[in-house]
Amino acid sequence: MLKYSLKRLLQSMITLFVIVTLVFLLMRLMPEEGYYGDRGDKLDEAQKEAILTDMGLRDPLYIQLKNFYSDLLHGDFGTSIIYRPKVPVIDILKDKLPYSLYLGLSALAIALVFGLSLGVLMTRFKGKIGDKLGTGYIVIINAVPAAVYYLLLQLYVTDILKLPILFDSDNPASWILPAVSMSLVSMASYAMWLRRYMVDELNKDYIRLARAKGLKNKVIMVKHVMRNAFVPMAQLLPMSVLYTISGSIYIESLYSIPGMGGLLVDAIQRQDNPLVQTLVLVFSSIGILGLFLGDVLMAIFDPRIKLSKQGGGR
Amino acid sequence: MNKALKKAADSIDPALFEFAEYDEKAAENSGFSNYSYWRSTWQSFIKNKVAVFLLIVLVLLLAFTVIQPYLPNQKLPTKIYNDEETGLQLRNVLPNNEFWLGTNSIGQDLWARIWSGTRTSLFIGLVVGASEALIGIAIGALWGYARKLDRIITEVYNVLDNIPNTIILVLLTYILRPSLSTLIFAMCITSWRYMAKFVRNLIIIIRDREYNLASRCLGTPTRRIIVKNLLPYLVSVIMLRIALAIPSAIGSEVFLTYIGLGLPVETPSLGNLINEGRLLMMVPSLRYQLFFPAIVLSVITISFYVLGNVFADASDPRNHV
Repeated sequence: MLKYSLKRLLQSMITLFVIVTLVFLLMRLMPEEGYYGDRGDKLDEAQKEAILTDMGLRDPLYIQLKNFYSDLLHGDFGTSIIYRPKVPVIDILKDKLPYSLYLGLSALAIALVFGLSLGVLMTRFKGKIGDKLGTGYIVIINAVPAAVYYLLLQLYVTDILKLPILFDSDNPASWILPAVSMSLVSMASYAMWLRRYMVDELNKDYIRLARAKGLKNKVIMVKHVMRNAFVPMAQLLPMSVLYTISGSIYIESLYSIPGMGGLLVDAIQRQDNPLVQTLVLVFSSIGILGLFLGDVLMAIFDPRIKLSKQGGGR
Repeated sequence: MNKALKKAADSIDPALFEFAEYDEKAAENSGFSNYSYWRSTWQSFIKNKVAVFLLIVLVLLLAFTVIQPYLPNQKLPTKIYNDEETGLQLRNVLPNNEFWLGTNSIGQDLWARIWSGTRTSLFIGLVVGASEALIGIAIGALWGYARKLDRIITEVYNVLDNIPNTIILVLLTYILRPSLSTLIFAMCITSWRYMAKFVRNLIIIIRDREYNLASRCLGTPTRRIIVKNLLPYLVSVIMLRIALAIPSAIGSEVFLTYIGLGLPVETPSLGNLINEGRLLMMVPSLRYQLFFPAIVLSVITISFYVLGNVFADASDPRNHV
């Protein structure tokens, strides 16, 4: 168990290292205009050269790479160029992080509670109208691009329930719709997989035995089916972290929530390279962390798992 | 004793131990059933009425997107129409006889733009789906068959698989110039992994099954083992992945357009249209500019998704009687 976690941690570190290096190298491919901010056309060649030298962009590549690593280790993520000129990126993120964190965590909690209940209900009423409605919901969420139903929700649900259409951190009602929207995708995947695992479990021989010896349906469901079906559910947790990340990018800019997802859209549209670079690193770190925790959790639940079996596992 | 053995050995006809040529008639004589893989697949597919309905809808829709520009009275998707009297652009005209679905905020015909956008989005989806199949099957087959490569590819896969897809898409499209080929390239980079993983896992499961061992012992050529013994098991997974790759590629296009990394405005795509509609959605009378592309988009993606799932079930040999 401990050995597995350590190995898995090493794997995550390697992935993180690969991403950091890739991001750095790819960012060097960007045109240099991005580094002058909005004064680009007013500067002459010598001034441009001075800015680039000052930022260390004229050093040989391996020195730049070394500096980049040591800056990251010291918590220095560079300064924003256009979004808020000369402000360290880390200070911008400090203001934004809490919103994204609360919103993401509440979306995860909503998805877990309602997704699992939906899965159980769909198994309970298998083949009936409720099951079919649930399947319809899952198909729509999985097939239709998220933008479409996020927009429709914002358009109509705010109208019907008289919820505020934009986010306001002092108004608790304005948290509801963003958090619920963000949880929709994970909710669908929880419900879909829980239903599938429970139906698989129901078809097994030991359930038939339990029925034959006269165990009550309720006891079978709770003690056998649900308990066994929940084990593989642990691997969905990291998936829903990833869904929440991409959801937050949409939702935060739709509802103008001052979080990191909305910031990424802003930074991309204004071509603020250091900000985009840092946000990409932050989001991928969260993703890697989520996947790592999910795999460790899975190993705690299911002692048969060994690292060598991964690769195809997820 | 030795002599007796030798005598017995001599009387054995070595020709009996040669591999026989495959002969269809001889095979039919030894317990022939008129099972045909594709016929059984089709038979279980058409049992699902919803899937058949969606298949018809999808075929009609695809056919229409292709022939739409050649029909009479069609407008150009990128032409800006002006009012003949005042010379002003015909902005946000509501649906009427002239402009069947109205015009957008700079006076372009929405009907023509939707079909042109559907063509673009479908093109992206089909190219991404096809290249996912090509790259994924090639790598997956190598991964599953070549035992020496298994460990290396697994390690590389595990490192790559930890990187969130969204991040790769955003990063690549941010750095490259926004264009059709950039989008397709970025999506291909991320999507082949699923196919490779599925193909690899299936091949590992199937390659050493008893019936394949038996086949190999009987001297069935490798080509025949692959085509007749392995492929039917893979078809369902491959088709499912391709069918799902199309809606997810279309969805990625919408996502990238939304965050400002999509196709340039001159190229209509469903993502572009939805984004244009979003900017106007707070005006109730102009919401049609969001709805029409959203409806076409939903019909296409849902059809592909459902058809893929139903076909995967139908083409799985285990579900054939």
